[in-house]
Amino acid sequence: MARLHAAARTSKTNVQATNPQPNRKRLSEDTRLTDVRTQDDAAAPAEVADVPTGEGASPSKELLPLKRRKRRKPFNWSTALIATLVAISATLVYRRNGLPGLTDIFFHDAELFGGILPRMLAGCTLGAFVSEMLPQDKVSRALGANSGFRGLVIGTAFGALLPGGPFTAYPVASALLTIGADFGAVIAMVTAWVLIGYGRAISWELPILGTDFTVWRIITCLPIPVLAGALGRFFYIRLAHRLKLGDLTRAEP
Amino acid sequence: MTMRLAVDVILWSTVCIVGFFCFRRSPTIFRKAVKDGAVDFVTVIPRIAIGVIGSGYIAAVVPQELITSWLGPETGWYGILAATIAGALTPGGAVIGFSIGAVALKSGAGFPHIIAYVVAWALFAFQRVLIWEIPFMPARFVWFRAAVSVPFPFLAAGVAMLLGKT
Repeated sequence: MARLHAAARTSKTNVQATNPQPNRKRLSEDTRLTDVRTQDDAAAPAEVADVPTGEGASPSKELLPLKRRKRRKPFNWSTALIATLVAISATLVYRRNGLPGLTDIFFHDAELFGGILPRMLAGCTLGAFVSEMLPQDKVSRALGANSGFRGLVIGTAFGALLPGGPFTAYPVASALLTIGADFGAVIAMVTAWVLIGYGRAISWELPILGTDFTVWRIITCLPIPVLAGALGRFFYIRLAHRLKLGDLTRAEP
Repeated sequence: MTMRLAVDVILWSTVCIVGFFCFRRSPTIFRKAVKDGAVDFVTVIPRIAIGVIGSGYIAAVVPQELITSWLGPETGWYGILAATIAGALTPGGAVIGFSIGAVALKSGAGFPHIIAYVVAWALFAFQRVLIWEIPFMPARFVWFRAAVSVPFPFLAAGVAMLLGKT
């Protein structure tokens, strides 16, 4: 897998150039998507060979997830859709409640947004750290297409333990996709975060719906993340080519 | 409130710890990560702002009683289906979703139905998918994840029924 990526990254050789042979162990952990795994690899086949997708597994070659960090767009169709919905709703609120109704909701939600902003910054920074820090070969071994049941469990545990709200979970999940985790493991992670993550359960569900309901709800949901991940992986392998799920970098508008 | 503060503390501590290890490994990578994170943050702000600030209007227009009414009358698997659809269509944040569940529970909706409702809402509430998930994740992944998640509200409700929670 790493070898595949190497071709795309031959432009940035500085890390390797300044850190010759003896540092290879450290280097492999330093090495990031943006860095290179160069001809050095030929001399160190052991490190590459233990990524199981290497040879023979022809489908997984094209099933690699995102290979590089994509730039996010400040505006796209989903935002346009939401903006339209908001505009229609705001008009309806205005016609029903007049200007005070409009401003009340605006200030309430603006305050909410103000509270979310610093957490969003934390989430984006965490996502960036995760994608810079975690070595790609290890991530693809632990959470990649061939990580099996264990990968799904790791993804689930990661999602369940991740602190914060959507402002953390989605940037980190996106970072994992770019550094070698497959759809199955990331689906398990996101599903675990929404269903058995403690953040929302503690701050909202427990006070509003009560302990009894919350505990039972979480118990019934425990197996879901792994099942969702397994189902996702099952369909991803079969449908990736047809739905062009493999080339996500180009798919994003 | 204190719980949310605790979650915030855990969040920022995680960021600091990961950042510290990143800095120890290489200040260059650290600076790059901070810059990447900040750029992501800034580019995503307008999309999240529209969604979060506007979500109150959507929630105000879709009356909660409408959604609660979906959770009441039908029983059995049709009721679970209605609850799942209601969960996907529920606008607004966590407070609204859980409050509707609580109201329906008090007014006599079945336990498995509310489980299905909350699970469906968690998995694919349209507003969270559009406001939060799509700006941060590749759109195809998001659709794929939502499609794969369709059976699970039913599964959770089925498990709740099996456990005798009616």
